[in-house]
Amino acid sequence: MMMLKVDNLVVRYGGITAVDGVSLELEEHETVALIGANGAGKTTTLHTISGLLKAAGGKIFFQDEEITKVPAENLVARGVVQVPEGRQVFAKLTVEENLRLGAYLQKNKQVIRANHEKVMTLFPILQERRRQAAGTLSGGEQQMLAIGRALMSNPKLLLLDEPSMGLSPLMTQQVFDVLLELKKQGMTILLVEQNAYEALTISDRAYIMETGNITLEGRSSELIHDPRVKDAYLGGDL
Amino acid sequence: MNTLRLRDCGLFRLVALVIVPIIIVVVACNQGTYYSAIVSTFAINVLLAASLNLVNGFSGMFSMGHAAFMAVGAYISAFLTLTPTQKENMMPDLPQWLTNLQMPLLPALIFCGIAAAIVALIIGVPVLRFKGHYLSVATLGLIVIVRAVLDNSDGFTNGPRGVTGLPALATPPVIFLVLIISLFVMFRIIRSQYGRGLIAMRDDDVAAQSLGINLVSKKISIFCISAFFAGVAGALWGHVQTVISGQFFYFTMSFKVVQISIIGGMASLSGAAIGALFMTFVPELLAPLESGFTIFGVTLPSLYGISNIIMAVFLILVIIFRRQGLLGSSELLLESWFSKETYTSLFKKSEYKKLLGALKPKPRKAKSKK
Amino acid sequence: MSAEYIISQLINGLRLGSVYAIVAVGYSIVYGILRLINFAHGDIMTIGVYIMLLFMTSTGMPLWSVIVVSVLVSVIVGVLIERFAYRPLRSAGEEATLISSLAVSTLLQNLLQMIFSPQKKAFYLPDFFTQQHQFGIVKLSTMNILTFAAVIIMVIALTLVVQKTKIGTAMRACSENLDASRLMGIKPNQVIVFAFAVGSGLAALAGLMLAGEYKTIDPLMGFVPGLKAFCAAVVGGIGSLYGAVAGGLVIGVAEMLFAGLMPTSVTAYRDAFVFVVLIVVLLFWPNGIFGRSEGRRS
Repeated sequence: MMMLKVDNLVVRYGGITAVDGVSLELEEHETVALIGANGAGKTTTLHTISGLLKAAGGKIFFQDEEITKVPAENLVARGVVQVPEGRQVFAKLTVEENLRLGAYLQKNKQVIRANHEKVMTLFPILQERRRQAAGTLSGGEQQMLAIGRALMSNPKLLLLDEPSMGLSPLMTQQVFDVLLELKKQGMTILLVEQNAYEALTISDRAYIMETGNITLEGRSSELIHDPRVKDAYLGGDL
Repeated sequence: MNTLRLRDCGLFRLVALVIVPIIIVVVACNQGTYYSAIVSTFAINVLLAASLNLVNGFSGMFSMGHAAFMAVGAYISAFLTLTPTQKENMMPDLPQWLTNLQMPLLPALIFCGIAAAIVALIIGVPVLRFKGHYLSVATLGLIVIVRAVLDNSDGFTNGPRGVTGLPALATPPVIFLVLIISLFVMFRIIRSQYGRGLIAMRDDDVAAQSLGINLVSKKISIFCISAFFAGVAGALWGHVQTVISGQFFYFTMSFKVVQISIIGGMASLSGAAIGALFMTFVPELLAPLESGFTIFGVTLPSLYGISNIIMAVFLILVIIFRRQGLLGSSELLLESWFSKETYTSLFKKSEYKKLLGALKPKPRKAKSKK
Repeated sequence: MSAEYIISQLINGLRLGSVYAIVAVGYSIVYGILRLINFAHGDIMTIGVYIMLLFMTSTGMPLWSVIVVSVLVSVIVGVLIERFAYRPLRSAGEEATLISSLAVSTLLQNLLQMIFSPQKKAFYLPDFFTQQHQFGIVKLSTMNILTFAAVIIMVIALTLVVQKTKIGTAMRACSENLDASRLMGIKPNQVIVFAFAVGSGLAALAGLMLAGEYKTIDPLMGFVPGLKAFCAAVVGGIGSLYGAVAGGLVIGVAEMLFAGLMPTSVTAYRDAFVFVVLIVVLLFWPNGIFGRSEGRRS
């Protein structure tokens, strides 16, 4: 089944066109990476899909239903959940409260408990830090909390915005290990990353974005050897 | 298609924006005291809102304390223009030299402006470093502080009883003279290098700073300049009313100035004129509602405050649907008033041709501009 | 100056501070989420008082039910204001909502003047409230006791709501990061309406306390105390519940001590004094005395 279909999306900030006719697709259980330099429009694309920003043109479909105009707070219930850039955990709230907020719309206590357990198995460190304010966690732990928080709502489609941003290589590896685990469990993931190598390693397919446009797309295993990608995003030495 | 628009004709601008308003003002002022009082109020409102726009529209700060500077101006003018006998009665604690000093209105206005600017400097140095809301509330605090001083310095201000018997020196010609000079000065300020720096600061203070603009000195100086003109306007106001006291220069007055400024458009000096037009004359039209009147034999009850309510609703609608104010950031009015072309157009043949060209009926296009 | 006089002045300060605290909490929770100074908040207080007067004089309803009605009406007014004057400006920036709230304040004041006349009206509470009770050298009226009790109950209740309930957690989340909260499925408008409702209800109660003390009411009575309560919220560190309460008490006590202990030539400056305190506090503690610096605000 087609999970997500973005058709000719245009987004503007005032007079500036940040995203100019982007189209992309995600099948169920697929992990797709959206790669590009700073300012290419990746995050804007993601924010428009998740409903934080409004599209100026184009259409977005989730499981064949149009969601172009659905605001973020209403998309969560449908199963589209974004892990925001720079974690954005609620620093003054405890880890536990952050997780509870992830399940804000979930009424069924049993489902909440099951998800909670799932998150705790995935991120044992959060169990230890349960009562701490989220602001006191390390960057990597916060990223895990942000992902865990998103998982609490039982997402069908997980949108990740730069999960490796500001993390040490070791932490980055841990985060990507978790994503790999989620992928194995069958989660559908759209991953926005500047860290092209890691993103291409873990994803099935990838789109390369430059100044508001998709310039290249294909299977990640092929793109990782593509000379154009190598030069621009992987550094010559790889 | 490049059709000639009426507003681009110097001659049209001369007639519509300069001569016609002058005629209206002159005629109105000769219709008796009621009309000349309204026209005077209008002109003072323009001066108040335009000077507030210097801060709120061009510098990116949001001050609500204009009434405080008006009060300073009005009281200083009382010190300078009342007769020594009047001062001995109402302000026994004034130093002797000041009691004996009496000067005509126009030089007094300069001192009023300077006094208001000094107050602005004293309050501005600590307060202008506050950001956003805190600055606004601090300027409201200034109103409260000035009011408290006025009400409690009996020996200088006659306390809450206020000062009565100010000479009615502010006749419409005087007020309009002061207004035009002030607007000209303000217009030159915003069109100068200094003014461009100000606008840069409003639009992006970080970028402006990196261009070498000193934000602190800019903020303080424009705050003082704005206060100067508010002080002048306050003095004029006093000489129109002939009675001043602390209660007049309080929140209601300050909010009214803010309201005029917003409705006309904060980022435009000309906006002040449009806003003042609205805020001076519409309440006059609504006045019958306030006192209750009879229409078709039905007597409506008096609705005290209804015109303020209607204007408040109007302000909310403006802020929701036309946030930049009626005039946005256009300066068509002042540009016409203060540019040579407007006046020389009278003597140029080409201008008459242009006017005829613009007046010629054009092929009717569909009305929707979109 | 006797100790008793100072103590009674202190108690007056705490009483006035309690009123500020209750109003400041309303300012603070709304500001925490929207970065909006709701200038009309003080006028909601006035509305609450007038509703009480209206029902007390025109019906024989018992006082407690009059209070309930007044709180309900104030809540409705507060929520309507949010809906029509602030919500359309959600994306418009701080200045626009500030202006809108100014307009709403003018609107409410004039509406009250139109309906109830601008004249002062007498406002008497039953004798029960003015009865004095002696505790050692401390003398308290029933109203004093009720006021202090109200603040304590408010703090406990709000703490419970904010810490333990879902909407309370959502409120904290929203005041920290509105966008991230939306990504949790929290509807900001629900939280904002809740904040306005709580704030307006509390304002009505504060109005009762203020009117009970002054014994006269007029359509403009709420504005300046409202402004001072905002100062209190800022002094305490806006956005924080305890900061608002602490700020309220500090400002109230400072104002009353200033009015009671300074020579009479100075005491008339008490309104000005509050703003001077605000300016001085902001110069030394830009985030208020008890407030922490705001981290993120995107």
